[in-house]
Amino acid sequence: MKVQNYVSDEVNIAKFAVNFTISFFFGVMGDKCLNLRASLVPGLFRTDVKGRLSMIKLFKVKEKQRELAENSNGKPPVKKQSAGELRLHRDISELNLPKTCSISFPNGKDDLMNFEVTIRPDEGYYNGGIFVFTFQISPIYPHEAPKVKCKTKVYHPNIDLEGNVCLNILREDWKPVLNINTIIYGLYHLFTEPNHEDPLNPDAAGVLRDNPKLFESNVRRAMAGGYVGQTFFTRCI
Amino acid sequence: MADSTAQPSRSRDLDKLLLRPGHLVGPNFEPGAELRDDIKTYAKVLVVGAGGLGCELLKDLALSGFCNLEVIDMDRIEVSNLNRQFLFRLEDVGKPKAEVAAKRVMERVSGVDIVPHFCRIEDKELDFYSDFNIIVLGLDSIEARSYINAVACGFLEYDSDDNPREETFKPMVDGGTEGFKGHARVIVPGVTPCFECTIWLFPPQVKFPLCTLAETPRSAAHCIEYAHLIKWDEVHVGKTFDPDNPEHMQWVYSEAVKRAELFGIPGVTYSLTQGVVKNIIPAIASTNAIISAACTLEALKIASGCSKTLSNYLTYNGVEGLHTKVTEFVKDNDCLVCGPGVLIELDTSVTLRKFIDLLEEHPKLLLSKASVTHRGKNLYMQAPPVLEEMTRSNLDVALFDLMDKIPKDIVHVTGTAGKSGDKQSCLRKLRVAFKGINGVTEMDMAGGA
Repeated sequence: MKVQNYVSDEVNIAKFAVNFTISFFFGVMGDKCLNLRASLVPGLFRTDVKGRLSMIKLFKVKEKQRELAENSNGKPPVKKQSAGELRLHRDISELNLPKTCSISFPNGKDDLMNFEVTIRPDEGYYNGGIFVFTFQISPIYPHEAPKVKCKTKVYHPNIDLEGNVCLNILREDWKPVLNINTIIYGLYHLFTEPNHEDPLNPDAAGVLRDNPKLFESNVRRAMAGGYVGQTFFTRCI
Repeated sequence: MADSTAQPSRSRDLDKLLLRPGHLVGPNFEPGAELRDDIKTYAKVLVVGAGGLGCELLKDLALSGFCNLEVIDMDRIEVSNLNRQFLFRLEDVGKPKAEVAAKRVMERVSGVDIVPHFCRIEDKELDFYSDFNIIVLGLDSIEARSYINAVACGFLEYDSDDNPREETFKPMVDGGTEGFKGHARVIVPGVTPCFECTIWLFPPQVKFPLCTLAETPRSAAHCIEYAHLIKWDEVHVGKTFDPDNPEHMQWVYSEAVKRAELFGIPGVTYSLTQGVVKNIIPAIASTNAIISAACTLEALKIASGCSKTLSNYLTYNGVEGLHTKVTEFVKDNDCLVCGPGVLIELDTSVTLRKFIDLLEEHPKLLLSKASVTHRGKNLYMQAPPVLEEMTRSNLDVALFDLMDKIPKDIVHVTGTAGKSGDKQSCLRKLRVAFKGINGVTEMDMAGGA
């Protein structure tokens, strides 16, 4: 009897757990899957086997408790803070901004997931300008990069007129080890070193590349409030 | 089929697992008809998601002897679901998935009760989730998994020796598929790693640089992402793109076609547009069936103890040949979501300022310059100046009052730890308990129920 049962256990389980030892592979739904070798991740894998649960008795006890507690007033439900919110809390509480950058929280001190960063460059083409960026943080931050947009319309080779920003660490080069401080420094860098090689506003990028003097005067005109070509810019000095 | 003839044949295979002893059974496994009946009567299982996996899961669970099921899904049925979401028919298109799935399984499997919930997982109160013994996940995003994981781990309590209390376990079985690939994993918060312990294993999403999209598109996907991320905002000022709105999708598709023609790039189709914008990978019905079968078997083993549970992460890959592998991931003891945190007992009179000082002296923490957050409220922030100013007045208020006089709760703190010269930033979870509040503290800490 025991042997037979052992076999039926094994057959059932073997249907799903055929051992394969050459490569590790992880596939998860929703554009996520990864391959890695165990040896690259020391301490991640353990050999002892646990997992002998039998919880039905616990379920029974709980059901009885629940029936008893049905009429008593329950605790008020509490929404948990996501791991992303906690990580962001750390990023924010450790911010160390240059004097040219400041941060504000339009929804008050308890909503850190949406905030604005104001950059006032004190050198370069954009000296004296005031540029506001909005940050939206995902609940799975830092797995996903913050969504950053420039609220101030700006004549800039790497920022388009809708406020999209071409900064590598916001998209293709984002890594969870980076943080909010890194992004703010990256944004500030865009104003001290605008780059014609990654254009999001091709007109501005072309002028910067071919005629830096004209680029400089275009920037001044845009920041003072006025037209550059067909585009009107609101004053931001 | 009449009930009298259906009953014996329906549980025949199940009885082989539940009515007889075995070598692989759990220590508390008590085979017999009572066990089978208890699973019927007492095991309440929530299925999260009524899509490709959800349909399979509901069918499998119902056929495995689980009679109290509930299912939650926010989506309505679309034509493109019908090839694999086998509980749905053409006339169901537009109806809520959860409702139709529940109805169809109840029609086919007698004695099973399935309560559908047509809403977002975030819309339910925590009490809703606390009712279930096992939560089975058939989801398609990291975000939703992370949310349910946080909810399930939120029920977990530790005793004063930092041992997890079994009666607060909320086991989860998580399935996922992507084309020919899939995974099934068992998460028992406090025992196995939780979703957050291993979230760093996910590779970053592939994102194209915006300037490539704007200037030098080289692929059909670049053209689609240009229409989706750049052109949409240019034309629809202030109107957010909705991937579930067919008109929006059609607009992005036609803009992508124009873009592709301009650069002479082939391959933009409507379905590729949907795929790129919504990160859709073509689903394979049999992958869902295999993963769902594995998940259901795990749920049955968790409930009954009829065999060892999967320990703890199964991967399946049918792309070239067939590979499967079980890997045992290790729990992160410092996990902010499932870990015990550091127990700190305080008098109700302790101010926030005094509390922050205590963290610096606490042998397990040695945490200086702490910022403190509780249930989403920032009690004190060291930086930036604007938040420091807004929270400074809390410093001289009793922590007990700032925590709404809750006798025992989780608080998170951020600060720097370590000796000077080797300071490290760290984020810690604390279990703060106030002494002498209605005797609740002592009783709970003793580990009694």
